[in-house]
Amino acid sequence: MKPRKPHSLRRTWAFLVAAIILYVPANVLPVMHTEWLSGSEDDTILSGVIYLWSSGSWPLALVVFVASISVPLLKMAALAFLAASVQLRSTWQPRQRARLYRIVELIGRWSMLDIYVTAILVALVQAKALATIHAGPGALAFAAVVVLTMLAAMSFDPRLIWDAQRHGSR
Amino acid sequence: MDPAETPEAVAASRARWSLPAVWLVPLVAALLAGWLGVKAVLERGPAITIRFKSADGIEAGKTKLKYKNVQIGIVKSVALSPDLKEVIATAELVKDAKPHLVEDTRFWVVKPRIAAGTVSGLDTLLSGAYIGVDAGKSGKSRREFAGLDAPPVVAGDSPGALLVLHAASAGSLEVGSPVFFRRLPAGQVTGCELDPDGVKVSVFINAPFDQYVTSNARFWHASGIEVKLDANGIRVDTQSLVSILIGGVAFDTPPGTTAVARAAASTEFRLFENPTEAMKNPEADKLEFTMLFNESVRGLQPGAPVDFRGITVGEVGAVRMQMAPGAGEVLVAVQATIYPSRIEWQDGVRSTAGSRERRRRFIDALVASGMRAQLRPASLVTHQLYLALDFFPVKGAKVNWAASPPQLPTQKATLVELETAIGSLAAKLEKVPLDDLAGDLRQTLQSAQRLIDHIDAEVASEVGPTLAQARKTLASADRLLSSDSPLQTDSRQAMREVARAAQAFRVLADYLERHPEALLVGKKDEGTK
Repeated sequence: MKPRKPHSLRRTWAFLVAAIILYVPANVLPVMHTEWLSGSEDDTILSGVIYLWSSGSWPLALVVFVASISVPLLKMAALAFLAASVQLRSTWQPRQRARLYRIVELIGRWSMLDIYVTAILVALVQAKALATIHAGPGALAFAAVVVLTMLAAMSFDPRLIWDAQRHGSR
Repeated sequence: MDPAETPEAVAASRARWSLPAVWLVPLVAALLAGWLGVKAVLERGPAITIRFKSADGIEAGKTKLKYKNVQIGIVKSVALSPDLKEVIATAELVKDAKPHLVEDTRFWVVKPRIAAGTVSGLDTLLSGAYIGVDAGKSGKSRREFAGLDAPPVVAGDSPGALLVLHAASAGSLEVGSPVFFRRLPAGQVTGCELDPDGVKVSVFINAPFDQYVTSNARFWHASGIEVKLDANGIRVDTQSLVSILIGGVAFDTPPGTTAVARAAASTEFRLFENPTEAMKNPEADKLEFTMLFNESVRGLQPGAPVDFRGITVGEVGAVRMQMAPGAGEVLVAVQATIYPSRIEWQDGVRSTAGSRERRRRFIDALVASGMRAQLRPASLVTHQLYLALDFFPVKGAKVNWAASPPQLPTQKATLVELETAIGSLAAKLEKVPLDDLAGDLRQTLQSAQRLIDHIDAEVASEVGPTLAQARKTLASADRLLSSDSPLQTDSRQAMREVARAAQAFRVLADYLERHPEALLVGKKDEGTK
């Protein structure tokens, strides 16, 4: 048995709101700035996905899309749903919600995929004259989103789900 | 924690404390997001639209906009205009470019091209086409532009002078054709436009050269090779190898002009066809004359020189036919301009200084002493004619000052005179009864033939026997002279007798020498010995 997390719900909400706010620049601003012989290019996550898709790498595009766009989005939605249900003292399907929470916690780290790719590329591709890659401002926001959602998931106490049940049954 | 009244107060104080602690995170996130957003918005430059005839080489999201090869923007989208005639490229520029997006800012697609002797845009082979930008100077801001079809020849900020030339035709000039000054490339043609009375050519003269564009500068076509055939023979003129291939414009100041002020910007000049024409002094003082010729003027071209003893004093103007009223004659009227400023008076005063009357008297005096205009061939090969003024031993003609322009008396060309003389000779020859003469001659020849035949027959019959006789004579002579002939033998015997006689005589002579008395007493007896 673990002790209850203090101010679990409040903290969850705070991290969640922060994550949602940062999710916008994370997707709008470029995460990667590529310069090569003939010019330079800024890529956002979505433009990267579109590029991968249009160049025929559908599986890769799908992976990036799922890991970088849909997973954080779903995670935030799920956390918001859980937090809201606890806030409203909902008694609906506590078991399902507990499972949802566990899934959210599990997949959290996978959405860092994009950041890893960018970080590796920035480190590797530094052939000055031919091509260089810099992380864009979006990368910072995106990393913050991922960290914040993880923090939100961590600060959420699943026992709260059952609290309402007990209050309701009482 | 028993007292039931206080927990709320405690909770409130803790809540008040803990609220900012936790909610600081979204606040920081909001600030971060806001900062990122504001930064992105602030960094976003102005968006412009550029219209092009075709989107050749332009790619949305790829094609850059470059000013002096520095990227200042990128094409965001390429769309067709509603009427499908143009392509509208929307581009986003960097913030700093904003003040330079003015009315005369120019955009064009940079791609490899070969024009006017230069190759440009080779780097785009590797990097793909980009849109070149030339910043304008106007103060009027603008966001919609029409792209140029070709790169502008002169960048907007290059120092120099833009001039306008008026030409009868563009020749081989095109945008980018070079402008030469003393055979150095000094600028370029920036445009050729149609003009009501010819072609308007705008040229840009680069910085060090523009100071030589004085208000009396002369421009001429330096296009290709100029081959001119005139009274002076064949002349070939070129500027440079480049201009041979693609044409060009050359300019210079006419020789002998003193320092003149620089031409103001956008001064308009005339573009002459060739340097000779360009460098000709614009003669202010002109005297027009007409000369009537009753002969062919084939080979006399407008512009042919009027020559006075080797010095060009004017040039031929219009040449046309003129009917002499009543006389039933067709004459050729040659109009010529004489430049009195080229003639110097003996006292050093230029003839321009002379009054009209003085000039008139002078020309009258010249004509009175035999000055006439005459057409002369400059070259027998090319058959070009020039108009010569010279003195001839003729009298009587006068300048017709009443005519307008005044009429100078003329003299038939020397060649024409010769032709006339030959013509009359031929006419005389024609009068000779050549046919009769030929008949007579033939008769004479026939009788001569007959005579010869006769002689032949007569003489041949006599010659045969004579020759036989001669042969016989010769044969007997031969016989007579041969070694065994009696004559020979006789003569040999006779010679021997003579020799013997001579011997006897020698004996006698010896004897007599020794015995001269023998002549008297006779021969002594031999016994005494």
